Amino acid sequence: MISVFLISSMLVIFAIFLALYRVILGPGVFNRTVAVNVIGTKTIALLVLIGYYTERPEFFDIALLYAMLNFIGTVIFARYLERGELWS
Amino acid sequence: MVVVVVIVTLFLAGGLFFTLVGSIGLLRFPDFYTRLHATGKCDTLGTGLILIGLIIHHLFHYSGTPLVPVRLIFLIFFIFIANPAATHALMKAAYEVGVKPWKLGDERR
Repeated sequence: MISVFLISSMLVIFAIFLALYRVILGPGVFNRTVAVNVIGTKTIALLVLIGYYTERPEFFDIALLYAMLNFIGTVIFARYLERGELWS
Repeated sequence: MVVVVVIVTLFLAGGLFFTLVGSIGLLRFPDFYTRLHATGKCDTLGTGLILIGLIIHHLFHYSGTPLVPVRLIFLIFFIFIANPAATHALMKAAYEVGVKPWKLGDERR
């Protein structure tokens, strides 16, 4: 069962590197923002998989915190791109 | 116990399939809106399937602590609400700014 978690973590890291191509070379700021959001969502699954691979449930709290920070960051950045300012 | 391992592996394989398909769609599609269409659903479903498989694994292998995967259930609820909301916010921002949709015959951008 441990090897299944290890292989799953490696495949999620491979998907993260596929999305990192779009972060670095994507034309325009919207493509980069979408790719950063995708990387954040995949990182949640990666953190939970690492938590079961090392048998330490403290990683689930980090995954919850990362989900909230990812959502807030994406929404605030979309609002900034739409209006040109944060508070109005 | 072999049945539980097979079920957990199937859930993890489904989640990894959707995750990889979302990433390949993010690379291959020609436009911003089509890339958002590819990733907004595949990422949500893939992460949800991976977390459901891990909840089943925890309930059968660590049956002494049944309250730990409640955090993962909260995480699934939060992802299924927050990820489409973030996708919608980004698409609305791009539409207000004036990103043109891709039509057949245009070049990739």
